[in-house]
Amino acid sequence: MSTQRIVFVGVGGQGNLLASNLLGQAALEAGEDVVVSEIHGMAQRGGVVESAVILGEATSPIVSVAEADVLVSFEPVEALRLLNKANKDTLVITNTRPLPPFTVAIGLAPYPESEDSVAFIKDKLDKVVAIDGQGLAEEAKNPLSLNMVMLGALFAAADLPIPVKTMKKVIRAKTKKRFAASNIKAFDLGYKAAA
Amino acid sequence: MDVLLTPSGGKKHLLLGNEAIVRGAIEAGLAFATCYPGTPSSEVPDTLYRLRKQNPDKVKYYFEYSTNEKVALECAAGAAASGLKTLCTMKHVGMNVAADPLMTLAYVGTRAGMVILCADDPSMFPSQNEQDNRYYARLNGLPMLEPSGAAQAKEMTKYAFELSEELMTPVILRTTTRVNHAREPVPFEKKARVKTQKKFEKAPMQLVTVPAVSRNLHLRLLNIHNQAQAISEKSPYNTIKGRGKWGVITNGVSACYVEDAVADLGAKSKIKVFTLGMSWPLPEKKLVRFIKSVDKVLIVEELEPIMEEAVRALAQEYGVKVEIAGKMKGQVPAKSVDVEPTQFFSRAFEYTPRLVRQSIADYFGIKHKDTAELKLAGMPVPPGRPPNLCAGCPHRATYHAIKEMYGQEAIYPTDIGCYTLGLLPPIQAADFLICMGSSVSSAGGIAMATGQKVIAFIGDSTFFHSGLTGLVNGVHNNHNFTLVILDNGTTAMTGHQPHPGVDTEAIGDITTHVPLEPLIKGLGVEHVTTIKPFKVRASQKAIKAAVDFEGVSVIISQELCPLYEKRVAPRSRKPFAIRENKCKGHMDCINKIACPAMFVEAGQARINTQACIGCALCAQICPENAILPVKG
Repeated sequence: MSTQRIVFVGVGGQGNLLASNLLGQAALEAGEDVVVSEIHGMAQRGGVVESAVILGEATSPIVSVAEADVLVSFEPVEALRLLNKANKDTLVITNTRPLPPFTVAIGLAPYPESEDSVAFIKDKLDKVVAIDGQGLAEEAKNPLSLNMVMLGALFAAADLPIPVKTMKKVIRAKTKKRFAASNIKAFDLGYKAAA
Repeated sequence: MDVLLTPSGGKKHLLLGNEAIVRGAIEAGLAFATCYPGTPSSEVPDTLYRLRKQNPDKVKYYFEYSTNEKVALECAAGAAASGLKTLCTMKHVGMNVAADPLMTLAYVGTRAGMVILCADDPSMFPSQNEQDNRYYARLNGLPMLEPSGAAQAKEMTKYAFELSEELMTPVILRTTTRVNHAREPVPFEKKARVKTQKKFEKAPMQLVTVPAVSRNLHLRLLNIHNQAQAISEKSPYNTIKGRGKWGVITNGVSACYVEDAVADLGAKSKIKVFTLGMSWPLPEKKLVRFIKSVDKVLIVEELEPIMEEAVRALAQEYGVKVEIAGKMKGQVPAKSVDVEPTQFFSRAFEYTPRLVRQSIADYFGIKHKDTAELKLAGMPVPPGRPPNLCAGCPHRATYHAIKEMYGQEAIYPTDIGCYTLGLLPPIQAADFLICMGSSVSSAGGIAMATGQKVIAFIGDSTFFHSGLTGLVNGVHNNHNFTLVILDNGTTAMTGHQPHPGVDTEAIGDITTHVPLEPLIKGLGVEHVTTIKPFKVRASQKAIKAAVDFEGVSVIISQELCPLYEKRVAPRSRKPFAIRENKCKGHMDCINKIACPAMFVEAGQARINTQACIGCALCAQICPENAILPVKG
């Protein structure tokens, strides 16, 4: 199988690292070669969190500029921030619900309108999926399940070598019991929205 | 049971590099572990701590969070001298703190396997510098192993214990962030049995480093170096892969980038790759044979040109006429890596797969086509998203109180922890920082050199790490400054590890609490006050008295880290909201404290009640008293 490089970006607290870790687990269970990398550090303090899942034969744990096959963004301006990882064939999946940083609140920088961010990405790329992922997480009655929504959207929009069944099994086994049902619901809503 | 404790081998598990190191140590029969946490090494000690706490019946090793890296290494050295298999972990700059014991421990050696993890951080994700600790192996003469990924990290950790026992010397396991923080499937082997208590056998003429002993011990070290070099020549971790007349020499995570590049360029039959897994002592003969067998060699290593210089020296010594390339000598990237990825092999910043592929293709003249970068001109500019102090963080309250009174007039040496974020606007209370503990001692230097008002900030864990001696120095030499200890009851930045100032009863640990105030009084500080930072007026009064005091004064600003509190002692406080009929739009709440729970919507300041934890700082700042607890 050729290599598939998936980059996840989001804001501290959105569950980005859990999403990439679960995808890595599912890949292992599906018998795929996989490397997952994470940037830790100040994740809990509202900074940008980036992770990558590399499926296939590559051994490098990180994804270079212009070399992501898929970019999954949990926040619209974060998709812009990492858009340099994309090339013209990259699939971009982004949540459209803004989460403005405090630099915007104290007037240090303006926050681009979500529609403008998505329009710019669509202008550059053919494969763009923009969904109100946070809205779907709320519909699943679990506001913290945005990461599951985004995983669902990823499975619908990208051609992954991992069965959906395996991914759901891992979600059930590795997330907290009382959230398992709403996590699966969120995954399904994300899948449906991006299918 | 936690998968890391599985007694049997066989299966593969997806592990973080740092978890793989823990498993390797457990498979080797780890009996004793010490550390000071620090990114990117922290998950090693944190996993050791968690495993022991969750499985008291199954886990046999001793583990401690030590007060600093020097202490951790000395404590570990004592255990290893007593015959226990010992692991000591630290981040790269921590090795500077531990350098003193390390240099002479290398003379003394060990009586059981002893492994020192040193986690480097190219590109400085959360660090103050990107020093290349491969130099340390050359400085102290200890063998060094460098894994390229999680699976190898486990294997090498286990092997490092064996190598250490074979040579009776500590072995350094050197990783970089990309190895510590990448996950891959790791095959498990059987766990070894653990012996956790032994008798110390006296041998002062080998263990007490007076000059007469040390002169012999230095010879011992040099002999061990020779033995280690022979091992390195045959080490299965010093591998040559591929064939052809072009050579690449590489190490660590760069070996992954090289492997992918050679495959992507279709050059497996043209390029031979030498990976240095046991990177010190160098397998000199094997390297010489390698460079003799090729026409040209490219050295692919992050940070310092250490292998490059060694290979150039070997080529000269053995008269090998081979073209050698590596770093672009003297060239410095024009822009920092957070603005633009590095474009060539420089001594600054980490490499990327693309950079390595392009450099290999360019150097050997291989035709290739990289995917084109998108043209992003005209892109809406993403606003900066620096990390920020959390909603309800007590540091914000302390900073605000002090900035209100002393603004730009005072000089603010700061230290390493969450509170370093006080650098950012609107707080901007950070003027000087070089390393853990530097706030205290540099405060004395600045005060003596300028006569200006100096108010230094340090966290509680950092104070225990390396603030104590600086404070005694200030008292003894009659310095004049105020030290503010931001005591949030934990080591917040690196993941809430305990330290001596933490009352660990709440988290069920059996350690002895060393309260700050009597300790500081005991150090000879005459003016010590403990404040509650969310009581703004009272705090300001106490701070003023401390700053007015001639000499060294200390303020202990005491309030639990809210993230930690949520875990260990949750309390429900009502969130606050802005009464819009009372608010006159001064925006002090927004502009002065930048709490992430606050935002502006259509010109009106608002509070996100989900994020607000009810610290009441903003309510005390609002000139109209328009911020009140949510009713009901």
